[in-house]
Amino acid sequence: MARIGVFTCWCGENIARTVDVEQVAAALGQLPGVHCSLDYKYMCSEPGQALIAEKIKSENLDAVVVASCSPHMHLRTFRKTAAGAGVNPYRVEMANIREHCSWVHHDRAAATAKAIDLIRMSVAKVLWDEPLEPIKVPVTRRALVVGGGVAGIQAALDIADGGYEVVLVEREPSIGGKMAGLSETFPTLDCSQCILTPRMVEVGQHPRIKLYTYSEVEQVEGYLGNFTITIRKKARYVDIKSCTGCGDCWNCCPIKRNPSEFDYGLGMRPAIYIPFPQAVPARPVIDKETCTRLKKGKGCGLCEKKCLTKSIHFDDQDELVSEKVGAVVVATGFKLYSIGQEGGTDLRSVARPGYGEYGYGKFKDVVTSLQFERLLSASGPTGGRVVRPSDGAEPKNVVFISCVGSRDDAKGLPYCSKICCMYTAKHAMLYKHKVHDGQAHVFYMDIRAGGKNYEEFVRRAIEQDGARYYRGRVSRIYEENGKLMVRGADTLAGAPVAIEADLVVLAAAVVPATGVRELARKLNVGYDEYGFLLESHPKLRPVETSAAGVFICGACQAPKDIPEAVAQASAAASKALIMFGHEELTREPEVARIDEKNCAACFTCVRTCPYHAIDRAEVLTARGVFVKRTARVNPGLCMGCGTCVAVCPSKSADLAGFTEQEIYAEVEALV
Amino acid sequence: MSEAIAMSFEPKIIAYVCNWCTYLGADLAGTNRLEYPPNVRILRLPCTGRIDFNLIVKAFEMGADAVLVSGCHPGDCHYTAGNYHARRRWMLFRSLLETLGIETERVHFTWISAAEGKKFQQVIGELTEKTRAMGPYAAYQEMCVGQASACPEAAK
Repeated sequence: MARIGVFTCWCGENIARTVDVEQVAAALGQLPGVHCSLDYKYMCSEPGQALIAEKIKSENLDAVVVASCSPHMHLRTFRKTAAGAGVNPYRVEMANIREHCSWVHHDRAAATAKAIDLIRMSVAKVLWDEPLEPIKVPVTRRALVVGGGVAGIQAALDIADGGYEVVLVEREPSIGGKMAGLSETFPTLDCSQCILTPRMVEVGQHPRIKLYTYSEVEQVEGYLGNFTITIRKKARYVDIKSCTGCGDCWNCCPIKRNPSEFDYGLGMRPAIYIPFPQAVPARPVIDKETCTRLKKGKGCGLCEKKCLTKSIHFDDQDELVSEKVGAVVVATGFKLYSIGQEGGTDLRSVARPGYGEYGYGKFKDVVTSLQFERLLSASGPTGGRVVRPSDGAEPKNVVFISCVGSRDDAKGLPYCSKICCMYTAKHAMLYKHKVHDGQAHVFYMDIRAGGKNYEEFVRRAIEQDGARYYRGRVSRIYEENGKLMVRGADTLAGAPVAIEADLVVLAAAVVPATGVRELARKLNVGYDEYGFLLESHPKLRPVETSAAGVFICGACQAPKDIPEAVAQASAAASKALIMFGHEELTREPEVARIDEKNCAACFTCVRTCPYHAIDRAEVLTARGVFVKRTARVNPGLCMGCGTCVAVCPSKSADLAGFTEQEIYAEVEALV
Repeated sequence: MSEAIAMSFEPKIIAYVCNWCTYLGADLAGTNRLEYPPNVRILRLPCTGRIDFNLIVKAFEMGADAVLVSGCHPGDCHYTAGNYHARRRWMLFRSLLETLGIETERVHFTWISAAEGKKFQQVIGELTEKTRAMGPYAAYQEMCVGQASACPEAAK
C-alpha cells in the first residue's frame, strides 16, 4: 500500500479564509493510502518545506500531495523538496486550492467541499504515479550554422570563439550574404565591406570553423544534441585546397559576359569566377550553364591549361558529406520580393498581382534597392559612380519609392519590411554625396525610424542633403521623351505629383530566402504564411524553435536590420553554447511511450506527432529474427503533448506523468 | 424541470483543460479574484490533443452533469497542433454521441487562453447555469448500470 502524505497549505489567509483547512486535512486523512495529513500556514516557506521533508522521513512516505497554489507556481519547489528527502519527484502532485478554489469562491462550505474533491483527485493520481527519472541525452558539442550572411558569420564566430567546432554551410560560392553587397550602412555610413570582410576572413581562418561554401543542407536526421546532417557540396570544378586564387583562370576565360549574381545583373562576370574580390574562400567556381567546356563536354579548357596548380577538374561531381552536430543555427536570411509579378508558389497560396505599373524589368532605369547598393558601392560594377544602367549617364533626378510590396495586402504583403525607410534615406543621402547637383525624391507611406540615431539620420537626409519627401504612393511609371515619368500623389499637399526621373529605385519588400520552407521541413521548424521561421515564443524565446536544439537568427525569422540580426545571432549562439556547457542534456521524463507488444503498427501516431518523434520500428528477437512491426517513441524528440495517446486505436500509446491509468483514476475519484 | 428542483440542483462539471492556456486562464481568474460557481472540477492535461474522448464518456459515467474541454486558441497550441487534433476529433465524436443518444449540449468545447481569466469566469458561469437549467444527467448512468468500469481499481 502506498504511503502518501497530504500537506494542506493555508497560504496565510489566502486559502484559510475561504477553505476550512483543518476540516480538509482531517477529511483527507481518512482516505486509503494517505498516511499522514497535515495543514500548515505556508507550505512553500523554509519551515513548511522542512515539515514536508521531515514527515517524508519520519513517516517513510513514498508519495506527496501538496494542496496549495497552482502547480505552475510551486510544483518545481515541492518536487525538489521531496527529491531531497528521498521521494521520487514525479510522485509529487499538487492540488490547486488557491487559484482554482479559495480565490474564486466565497461560500466557505462549498469551497471546502471543492477543495476536498480537488485533493482527492490528486491523491487518486499520485497512487498511480510512477517514479520517473530525467532523460539523459548525450550532446555532440558541435554546431551547424546554415547561411553565411552577417547573422550566420556572427553565430559561427561566437560559437567557435566559445571553444566549440562549427560547420558553416553557405549555398553561394562565398560567405558574406547580402551585407557584402551593400555600399554603406545606416545610420553611421560605415562602409559595409570594411566592417564585414575582416569577419569573413576570420571565419575562413578560424581553426574551429569548417566552411562549406557552394553547398546545401540535403538531409537532417536525429534530434537535439545528436543531429546527423548530410551536406551536398555542389560541383565547383575547382579544387579549393590546391587552388591559390591567383586569378589566371578567370582572366583568361573567353565567356566573359554573363550577368553577375553578386551585382544583381548590373555587372558581368566570366564563366569561371569569384563573386567579388573579397570572397571567402577566394576560390573560383565554374558556372556549368555558361562554360563552353561543361556545356559541350569538349573544347575550350583554357583555364585548365592556364592553371599552374592543376586545380581545375571538369569531371567534378556533386558530393554528399555527413557531419554530426548537436545544435543547428538557421540564418538563411532574405531576398527581395519580385516586383513585377509575384507568382502564387513562393508566397502564400494566393497569387498577388504585383507592381507591373512600375515597369521593373521593362525599363532599364528602374532598379531595386539592392541593385542601387551595387551602383553606390566602391567595389561595384561602376566603381561607385552612380549611373543610369541604360546609357551610363549621371542621373540628375532620382525617385525612390518605398513600400513596394510592403504594407499592401491587396498587391503585395501586409507586413512592414522594416529596413526600407532607413536605407531609402541612406540612398538619398549617398546619392547626393556623389551627385552634388542631383535631386533625390522619396515617395513614402510613413517613415518608420525606430532605433538608435535612426530618426536623426532621416532628418539629416531631408534637412542637410535636401531629399524631397512626398507622403503618397506612385500610381504609374512610363517612358516619355527618353525620361521616366513618375506619377504619384503628395497627400500632404493634396496634389498630384509628376516627376521626370532619370532613375527610379524601388524599395522592394523583404521576403524569406528561396528554399527556406524546404529547409524548415527538414528541421521540423515551423514557418508562417510568408515563409518566415517561427520562434518558440515571440517575447521570451525569440531564437528557439519548436524543434529542440534548432535556433534561428537574422532575417529568416522576420525582416531586420544588421544590428538586430547580429544581436539575434549572438543570442542563438549563446543558446547553443548553453547546450554545449553540459556533457549530456537532461529532459523532463514526461514523454510518450508505446507498448510495442500491443502496437498494431497502424502508425497513426507517426502521422499525428507534431515533433516527428515516433519512428516506424521492428521488434526483433534476441537473435535478430523479425517478430513484428511497431511504432517507437524517440524520447529525445518527444515533447510530451500526448496527442499520440488520444489517437492510438489499440491503446498502445501512453504518456508518462499523465498515463491513462492516472487520468482515469482522477476522474473516478470524483464519485 | 420545476423551478424548485432547478434551484436546489447543484450540477457537477468536469473540465478537461490543457496545461498551457486554459489552466493558466483559470489561474488568472483566481489571481484576479473573479468569482464563479464552485461546481467545476478542473483536470490538468498537457494538451487538448491528449484528451481521449473516452474521458468525456467516463466523466458522465462518474456522475458529471456537464463536461468542458478547453485548450489554446487555434494557432496558439504549445505543441503546435494538438488543439487542431482535438477539434477534429470532437467533430467526429459529437456525431457519435448523437447516434448514441447522449445529450451533446452537455459537452462544451471552447478555447481559453492564458490571458483570458475573464473568459474562464464567463464560460464556467454560463455552463453552470445552462446545466442547472437542463437538470441532472442521470440518463447516462442508467445506461451504464451493470457495465464494467474502465479502471475499476483506480480510486481504491
